[in-house]
Amino acid sequence: MSGDLPLLDVRNLKKYFKVHEGILHAVDDVSLSIPQGLTLGLVGESGCGKSTLGRLVIGLLDPTGGDVFFKGSSVFTFDPREKSRFRRNAQIVFQDPFSSLNPRMSVFQLIAEPLLINKACRGRKEVAARVRELMDTVGLAERLVTSFPHELDGGRRQRIGVARALALNPDFIVLDEPVSALDVCIQAQILNLLGDLKKEYGYTYLFISHNLSVVRYVSDEVAVMYLGQVVERSGNRVLFQDPVHPYTQALLSAVPTVDLDREAKQKKRIILEGDVPSPVDPPPGCRFAPRCFRRQERCSLESPALAEVKPGHFAACHFP
Amino acid sequence: MNAVYQTLQTSDNSADKATDRDVSAPLLDIRNLFVRFYTDTGVVHAVNGLNLSLSKGKSLGFVGETGAGKTTTALATLQLIPSPPGEMKGEIFFEGRDVMKMTEPEKRAFRGGKIAMIFQDPMTSLNPIMTVEEQIMEMVELHAAAVNPRERAREMLTLVGIRPERGKDYPHQLSGGMRQRVGIAIALACEPDLLIADEPTTALDVTIQAQVIDLIKKLQSSVRTSLLLITHDLGIVAEICDDVAIMYAGRLVEAADLRQLYKRPLHPYTRGLFDAVPRLDSDPNEKLAVIPGLTPDPTNLPEGCGFSPRCPRARPICREKSCGMREYEPGHFVDCHFPLESRGDGQ
Repeated sequence: MSGDLPLLDVRNLKKYFKVHEGILHAVDDVSLSIPQGLTLGLVGESGCGKSTLGRLVIGLLDPTGGDVFFKGSSVFTFDPREKSRFRRNAQIVFQDPFSSLNPRMSVFQLIAEPLLINKACRGRKEVAARVRELMDTVGLAERLVTSFPHELDGGRRQRIGVARALALNPDFIVLDEPVSALDVCIQAQILNLLGDLKKEYGYTYLFISHNLSVVRYVSDEVAVMYLGQVVERSGNRVLFQDPVHPYTQALLSAVPTVDLDREAKQKKRIILEGDVPSPVDPPPGCRFAPRCFRRQERCSLESPALAEVKPGHFAACHFP
Repeated sequence: MNAVYQTLQTSDNSADKATDRDVSAPLLDIRNLFVRFYTDTGVVHAVNGLNLSLSKGKSLGFVGETGAGKTTTALATLQLIPSPPGEMKGEIFFEGRDVMKMTEPEKRAFRGGKIAMIFQDPMTSLNPIMTVEEQIMEMVELHAAAVNPRERAREMLTLVGIRPERGKDYPHQLSGGMRQRVGIAIALACEPDLLIADEPTTALDVTIQAQVIDLIKKLQSSVRTSLLLITHDLGIVAEICDDVAIMYAGRLVEAADLRQLYKRPLHPYTRGLFDAVPRLDSDPNEKLAVIPGLTPDPTNLPEGCGFSPRCPRARPICREKSCGMREYEPGHFVDCHFPLESRGDGQ
């Protein structure tokens, strides 16, 4: 790794999809970077483009515009050999361990698959040893090696997903809602596992989730997305204690807490009107303006740029 | 006041008494309910001797993990357990009548008319080939003959915050939040006495979840519908419910008034649930406390207390017999030989 380059650097990334009704702006001019060894939490509601962004940064989708630099080189201009090296280095864990695993493959086959495809091991014995090692790393009992996904609970299935991602010793892992499909107790187990792995192997994570409490728990830095754009970005503590963008404020206030003082909660709570508007041909101006409780005339005319409101704290709002 | 267990103490045969519509009589009173499913791989003991009651106008949070038997309890209440493979035992009194003994036509009138249910997954619980308006109208036509169905459907859509012209849309044309609101509109179209909401916000985004919670709260206070809220999210329970019941492996392990239970959980499992969830105010550097192990296999439940194999406080007696529900302090019921004394106690 050269100097203090961030591991991943996303610049003005755009991804538009042509759909029936027009152009869908899934990711619209997003810039962010993740330093080596840190976790960036990417929060937003469904349809805000966070999963598309996750797929773009590991090269599963081609962008409409902008670029992604991994260790300083653009991932979209790689030749096939560089690309395959990059693919080994940047992995993804999918949201739903019920549909992301091939139901006809055993645990062994599932974990061995990336090793075999990439010829990462010499000979069967080495593959078997590596699979056992990975199962141990993610906390899967050895006796499960011949089990099939349908025989396992969600937590164990997600552990398989994690083992597959770790198989090739990547530097960078995109975790796309890795715990959303899991029960709270299992969720805690997986979160602890991800934390332990990061500590031990120094992975860099892009942690995508709609769950703010979970993102707060795992992230060093947090970016909030709304309709294809990053509306606020800063260090974990700052963002959760002192959010400046009205969307972030509403999002935080909407999280149900076990706190019993309902009246105090009610006072703080901001209930946004309406749904997230369609990302197809979005209107000019701030995308959050139609639902914003602080909007003024300027908001629907002029789109605010992501600007530094305090050192290291960025927000895209005319009136932060 | 604790509604969950009060009937167990007051009288054991309120069946005949409740016909004269005693105000304090519970709306729903489930007694010693067992639900089993006979499958190829064994008998699934989904619900094992459940006692639960809910007073009129109250809301009860029914909390537990996947497979605890929450949804099965709800389906049993609505008499929707297919038999075979299912088998039900016990009594379920609704407004003093045992729904287990109702005739089929009575059951049909009672489902949807008296008790309505919001299902977890708005993606699959709506009919994909009917417009949402028609689906609301269907409910009204079945249960409220006096009302103009189309008008009522439009009214309901407006009530849940959907423009009435969207009523002509099919479910796939709506967002997840809107579909769930349609589910709520269908459930509430006939002003049921009891609304069972099965994980109504699990599939929704936070801001939409806040809208739906807000909507349920408003409707609950305006229509005075009682609410049985099935969830695994203790945060949502804190928002809406008066009482809480915690379910584990087909039985209640703890039940109390919301405040009591949250301030001072007595059952180790309840405590484990609280500790496993990262919160907005918890220390991110601290590891989450994990309850070791998994929920037991319902075809092969452990002897004694169902939680004992995972319980850090379990002693030999726990593996021999379960304690049974007891009132540890007024209004606070727990099924544990060694309840936690206070939040700081234990491991």
